[in-house]
Amino acid sequence: MYSTKYMKPNSTSEALDAINSLGEGKFLAGGMTLIPTLKQRLANPDGLVDISGCDLDSIADEGETIKIGAMSRHVSVAESAVVKKAIPALAKLAEGIGDRQVRNRGTLGGSVANNDPSACYPSAVLALKANVHTNSRSIAADDFFTGMFETALEEDEIIESISFLKPTKANYVKFPNPASRYAMVGVFVAQFGDEVRVAVTGAGEGGVFRHQEMESVLSSNFSADSLSSVNIVSDGLISDLHASAEYRANLIKEMTKRAVV
Amino acid sequence: MGEISLNINGKVEKHDVGDNTLLVDFIRENAGLTGTHVGCDTSQCGACVVHIDGVSVKACTMLAAQAQGSEITTIEGIGTSDALHPMQEAFKENHGLQCGFCTPGMVMSAIELVSKNKNASEKDIRDGLEGNICRCTGYHNIVKSVKAGAEKMGG
Repeated sequence: MYSTKYMKPNSTSEALDAINSLGEGKFLAGGMTLIPTLKQRLANPDGLVDISGCDLDSIADEGETIKIGAMSRHVSVAESAVVKKAIPALAKLAEGIGDRQVRNRGTLGGSVANNDPSACYPSAVLALKANVHTNSRSIAADDFFTGMFETALEEDEIIESISFLKPTKANYVKFPNPASRYAMVGVFVAQFGDEVRVAVTGAGEGGVFRHQEMESVLSSNFSADSLSSVNIVSDGLISDLHASAEYRANLIKEMTKRAVV
Repeated sequence: MGEISLNINGKVEKHDVGDNTLLVDFIRENAGLTGTHVGCDTSQCGACVVHIDGVSVKACTMLAAQAQGSEITTIEGIGTSDALHPMQEAFKENHGLQCGFCTPGMVMSAIELVSKNKNASEKDIRDGLEGNICRCTGYHNIVKSVKAGAEKMGG
């Protein structure tokens, strides 16, 4: 790892001052992606601003939504009674990320800000019509993810919390990479009355995306059988050593079927 | 460079190190506690697992600075050669190790797992050890050890 400076402010406003005092600073949340990236010398920030002391880890039921602090660890979301009661699919998703030690450190905000195309959380943000609250604004999920590892966040913007809309029903099913447990394909299906949202992660070259055709089919008939006629095209899907684009296309349909119960 | 002070196994370790020092390097190189191993160095194998305030973490994927103000427990902090921790005893009795390289991480993960779930089933144990890789045993005796360890720990 290149040498760098470590700073740990006590509030988001102090964190912003800290990041602005650096030439090229990086916010450090759980560090489950950033630290390995630094170790491989794929990044060379002149400073790290650790936001774990900024009091961003509360989880609250706010009526129509569940608001989760950006620094909430995956284990906290997985074990949260509030989340389990209102959106069990979200707790299940958190429970399946990485391994136990990764879940003990990794955070919601870190995962969403990084927007890894194979991360689980972005699919929940998109399917559950979430709002991403930063220090300066709220961003709707549909406007937040702008491409692989790209988001609408500005350089000096911190995610403070994310509000997930409570669905009538939801489920998340992924086909995990057997080594990393990242999603080779993960599908989050959420039903809001007559409306159904289907968000796919692990598959798109541009990162997480909604599958409109499956959404409309499921909106008129919420059953796994109704998906049989849907043709998932492999254009724009990731092809790598783990799986071809065609294989991922097949997994998208299969995971969605399993998620519709 | 700066002074980093960490409480490791109840002892304060103060050393002048760079801000980019990994927790595992601080533990091994500065505190001289070499029971915590570095296997893959890529957050996958779990040989470096230690507890921070009772929570298991991979010490190769954390900066020493991030652990300031916390209580760190390493494999050296849970028992002695004369009085092993019940989980260590269980690994010994059930042949839960062969080369032993992964064992410190296995034991630390197992202790946290059992402390959170006293009646862990075989599936719970296998799921809970997902982040620990062993190249010798085939895991069978490790799972057996953790079960036995859980009973010894009062499960």
